[in-house]
Amino acid sequence: MTILVIAEHDNSSLKADTLKAVAAASAVGGDINVLVAGANCSQAAEQAAKISGVDKVLVADNGAYEYQLAENMGLLIADIGKDYSHIISAATTTGKNFMPRAAALLDVAQISDIISVQSADTFERPIYAGNAIATVQSSDAIKVLTVRVAAFDAAGTDGNAEIVALDNTQNADISSFVGAELTKSERPELGAARVIISGGRGMQNGENFALLDGIADKLSAAIGASRAAVDAGFVPNDMQVGQTGKIVAPELYIAVGISGAIQHLAGMKDSKVIVAINKDPEAPIFQIADYGLAADLFEALPELEAAL
Amino acid sequence: MKILVTVKRVIDYNVKVRVKADNSGVDLANTKMSINPFCEIAVEEAVRLKEKGVATEVVVVSIGAKACQEQIRTALALGADRGIQIDTELNLDSLQVAKLLAKVVEQEQPNLVIMGKQAIDSDNNQTGQMLGALTGLPQGTFASEVVIEGDKAQVTREIDGGLQTVGLSLPAIVTTDLRLNEPRYATLPNIMKAKRKPLEVKAADDFGVNLTSNVQVLKVSEPAKRDGGEMVETVADLVAKLKDEAKVI
Repeated sequence: MTILVIAEHDNSSLKADTLKAVAAASAVGGDINVLVAGANCSQAAEQAAKISGVDKVLVADNGAYEYQLAENMGLLIADIGKDYSHIISAATTTGKNFMPRAAALLDVAQISDIISVQSADTFERPIYAGNAIATVQSSDAIKVLTVRVAAFDAAGTDGNAEIVALDNTQNADISSFVGAELTKSERPELGAARVIISGGRGMQNGENFALLDGIADKLSAAIGASRAAVDAGFVPNDMQVGQTGKIVAPELYIAVGISGAIQHLAGMKDSKVIVAINKDPEAPIFQIADYGLAADLFEALPELEAAL
Repeated sequence: MKILVTVKRVIDYNVKVRVKADNSGVDLANTKMSINPFCEIAVEEAVRLKEKGVATEVVVVSIGAKACQEQIRTALALGADRGIQIDTELNLDSLQVAKLLAKVVEQEQPNLVIMGKQAIDSDNNQTGQMLGALTGLPQGTFASEVVIEGDKAQVTREIDGGLQTVGLSLPAIVTTDLRLNEPRYATLPNIMKAKRKPLEVKAADDFGVNLTSNVQVLKVSEPAKRDGGEMVETVADLVAKLKDEAKVI
């Protein structure tokens, strides 16, 4: 049994999500190959070679893969994936984009967003926004899986795998990269942060999110938001935590001015410790919070920043 | 230009989900069912493209038992022109749905297919991408903006680090994210008018597609319960608890 893990990277550096996908592959058991598909991506490949448990890193270095367009990635993964028992990627917006394409080309199902590996063919995954957990078994010859990164501990980085260059160019030539607006931030990413502080509709506007900055600085926290805050235009979409945004499980999650809609809870309820600050003592968020503070956030936040 | 829109009948997003006592699935008896919210955004986008004069016809398709005609009628009330129900009692997986839709694409020859990025019941987020693979068409997933220019589409996508824009040659598949638009409400006259719009029923078995999935659900269980904790009175109490009790700061 050999498993193919698709690396998540930006050509120059490997994303931590890849370590989670490798951890899931290790739980399945078997030899692990990592595919790094990109352009001028040798640095990312070298980092992949250091992941513990990886036997081989396959590098497809070609302009066709620079932005990991789903059309080209789908063809590449389906082409080399034929010889594997499992194909695994992180359930990030990148993995979610190309993995189903590869699965369909291989004529097999995809099992999305797994949270545990029961055996080589049986997995658990959340459905209905995490309100139910399905245990599913696949009899497909190749299991295509995406992994909920918050549910797995990262693989180590003391490996030394062989790096093999692939000569495999798949260019469907039906799509192109036009541009990207990436948020620049000194803070940790939501998926990797030990502490997250999120604001909701109660923040009232985008400027008030600055009240979270000082606390985030002191706790080295990432800043998130509820869908209500994103929909209202307070903050950009990539800050959204929830069923359809980022799914996180930090050590400490502080929800500020967030009522606790089901779809938000789906994105953070596996956090180790949850703190809720909301002026409405009846807000549903308090039912799942370890510590609740019913207070006006405009008074509580400066006080909290001073107390830390 | 012709647009094909897909809609899925799912449990209404406001309904609390109950797992069946025998762990065979989720109890859907007597629960309110609606169009999947992402599919509703897809319908709205198609209708707006028609109102702008970009599209000439909006065809809505749903796969399921007769009850899903209700969701097709809702889409027709929102402005779609005609409906297709692919009739099956089976609970299909994304791959089988994508195979059926690939046949519909072959028959209808749309210039654009707009779909929800995921259904809020199975939370799979697969069907649009699979349809792209099976038809050989490009995809713009998780779209927050769609611009049609001649025989090309420019799709802005919501990705983990921000936004990405891709150019797609038409025909293409687009899957919707939340910020693409805010769907309208159907007006009563439009609901009445929708009842007279054409709705064709086709048997799923007639498409020559293998509808068996190789993925079997062994059981469906409740997630681990999270008990509420305690209320604290002051910020100082909170900080003390986080330091001394939870030891997370």
